[in-house]
Amino acid sequence: MTDAPIHSEHKDYIGSKLGMWFFLFTEIILFGGLFLLYSVYRSLHHDDFHRAATELSVFIGTVNTVILITSSLTVALAINAIKQDRRASAAVLLGVTIALGLLFLVNKYFEWTGHIHEGIYPDSPELLAKSHGTILFYGLYYVMTGLHGIHVIAGMAVLAGVLVMVLRGTVNGKDYVKLENSGLFWHLVDLIWIYLFPLFYLIT
Amino acid sequence: MTSGFYTAPSNHRGIFAWIFSTDHKRIGLLYGTSLFTFFLVGMSLGLLMRAKLIAPGVHFISAQTYNSVFTLHGVIMIFLFIIPGIPAVLGNFLLPLQIGARDVAFPRINLLSWWFYISGAACALTSLFTGGGPPDTGWTFYVPYSIRTGTNVSLAVFGVFLLGMSSTLTGLNFLTTIHRLRAPGMKWKRLPLFVWSLYATGWVQLLATPILAITLLLIIVERFFGVGFFDPAKGGDPILFEHLFWIYSHPAVYIMILPGMGVVTEIIPVFSRRSIFGYTAIALSSLGIAFFGYLVWGHHMFTSGMSDESRMIFSLLTFLVAIPSGIKVFNWVASFYKGSIEVRAPLLFTLAFIFLFSIGGLTGLVQGALATNVQVHGTYFIVAHFHYVMFGGTAFAFFAGIYYWFPKITGRMYREGVAKTAWFLLFVGFNTLYFPMFVLGWEGMPRRYYDYLPQFALPNLISTIGSWILASGIILMAVNLIRSARSGEAAGNNPWGGTTLEWHTSSPPPAENFETVPVVTTGPYEYS
Ligand code: HEM
Repeated sequence: MTDAPIHSEHKDYIGSKLGMWFFLFTEIILFGGLFLLYSVYRSLHHDDFHRAATELSVFIGTVNTVILITSSLTVALAINAIKQDRRASAAVLLGVTIALGLLFLVNKYFEWTGHIHEGIYPDSPELLAKSHGTILFYGLYYVMTGLHGIHVIAGMAVLAGVLVMVLRGTVNGKDYVKLENSGLFWHLVDLIWIYLFPLFYLIT
Repeated sequence: MTSGFYTAPSNHRGIFAWIFSTDHKRIGLLYGTSLFTFFLVGMSLGLLMRAKLIAPGVHFISAQTYNSVFTLHGVIMIFLFIIPGIPAVLGNFLLPLQIGARDVAFPRINLLSWWFYISGAACALTSLFTGGGPPDTGWTFYVPYSIRTGTNVSLAVFGVFLLGMSSTLTGLNFLTTIHRLRAPGMKWKRLPLFVWSLYATGWVQLLATPILAITLLLIIVERFFGVGFFDPAKGGDPILFEHLFWIYSHPAVYIMILPGMGVVTEIIPVFSRRSIFGYTAIALSSLGIAFFGYLVWGHHMFTSGMSDESRMIFSLLTFLVAIPSGIKVFNWVASFYKGSIEVRAPLLFTLAFIFLFSIGGLTGLVQGALATNVQVHGTYFIVAHFHYVMFGGTAFAFFAGIYYWFPKITGRMYREGVAKTAWFLLFVGFNTLYFPMFVLGWEGMPRRYYDYLPQFALPNLISTIGSWILASGIILMAVNLIRSARSGEAAGNNPWGGTTLEWHTSSPPPAENFETVPVVTTGPYEYS
């Protein structure tokens, strides 16, 4: 990143991207607080975490991981397309990204409702009857995947906004920093999941 | 106020030309008026507490009301006044001017952050009249009480969450602005030191505030869903909350003080007609303070339950913060040496700042040392200490900055004599109000109590009298500033003979800040 000061207030691409990266730092630290809780409680209740993790469905988790990674690919392709001014394909790729995000949420919905039907949700009598580590594990599970889910929804909304701009032509082959920045955000959402997935599903 | 950006054409009318404006100068003044309104509310609550404590056994408000009053006083003063404080008001107005830019990097995000600010304030204030009554947890919202109390904590906490977003966005905006919008020739080592301090602050705002955001969200989640992260009955640990809270709130102390240090660093060279001593050391010590500030949060929890090793490490690190702070103080004092000093109101406030901040800082070390900490923890010693750093430090620097840039902002001059009288009342009132609290704390009077033993009567009485002197100083200052803004003498573009870029444009500045983009060829404080 060059640091040469510029002086046109109108379009400063490097500035916009710099701002976006700053924003991504804040997101990482927001989740960082939760990762901190996770590591403290994991080290205190190692065995409980171990046992509780075996009850999550690795299958759904893996499917969702694949979905999100694919969606990161499609958004990257969309950026590539807009750089070559192929607006139609960029729009389609964005549409696919949003659809994949939706698919992820649908899976998540079934996963959550599955647990809730078994009576496993915060403050439920069933859960409170279990060991402290298990309560904390599920607490972290719901809060962390929940906050992540909210970010998926926000990302989809942002991408939908950009999609409209692509269709209208305000985001185009010459001016596409909005698409690039939303792509960055989407990658971050993806990246956080890449950490959540092993922490909750794989380390058993 | 009939020229410059005040008369710039706008698509909106009346107040809407302000609350929908993306001009950094208007946003700065928007923040200014909102901030000082809240300051006056906070001050009234402070006066109420002092009146309650005038003598033992005086009970015109109940214990429960007292709890809400100090909570509200703390929340207002911290989150609505001193944290947004200097960056949001003076920073917004002056940062683009000082680096020779037309505006900040993201003017619309700048406006958005004011809206976050005012919505957060609205939530915090609504929480007083709705739900289970005003929050009574103290501004620190410690669990488990904040999760169990029936008062309206959730809404207040959500308000603070919004205020955090506002602060983060301001930091993000300033960082990008400083990186990208410097005028031609404005190299990093030619930046005014106020800009350096905003830069260091920006990083703290950016990297610490999200921790507060998540901590506050967790309080809300706990209250609504009972997840149990901080509830021992469910395996959680309340002390972890304290860690998370102070991981933000200690760096936040530097969000408060760094810009204040930046302000006085601008004022000293101008009123002693001398280049600042140790430019690089001051710039780097800001970054040093910002960095070390991350690593000392544990000193708020020495008595909460922590291993001896961590206590010693945190104590050592706390002492290390004193080094960059000391560097600054010595550089300021050295800058006066052989200067041609002109004692005007901004300089008086600056001197008061150095004096009061040094007392606050040194008593900070008393608490940073493990043995004495146990003695003074949770007493009035702490109350005195943080008022000395936040009020005597930051707020005095803020006032200094307001006087100093008043002619630039309004185009008019305040009344010097009245300003000096107000300063005198403030300085005397301040010390009368807070110094007795050191004594009280040392003798063991606990903070946050609504009544006390008879042996504490005299210092409390003195303190309450001090609060009246202080308040009269504030009112005198406010009247002077408001009247001078309307009808003061025209000040001219550069009444102080300042050398930084903001003095090179007209007062008040035009909407676009500069007629032509300035080209910078020298450092900021070139007095020969
Ligand atoms: C204007 C005059 C002020 C007066 C008369 C005043 C008075 C007081 C008093 C008596 C307390 C102690 C309450 C107790 O522990 O029982 C207190 C607490 C506090 N004050 Fe002030 N204060 C003033 C200004 C300020 C300013 C400018 C700030 C910050 C910039 C501030 C921040 C605080 C905080 C954070 C607390 C702790 C609240 C808590 O314990 O939760 N005050 N104040």
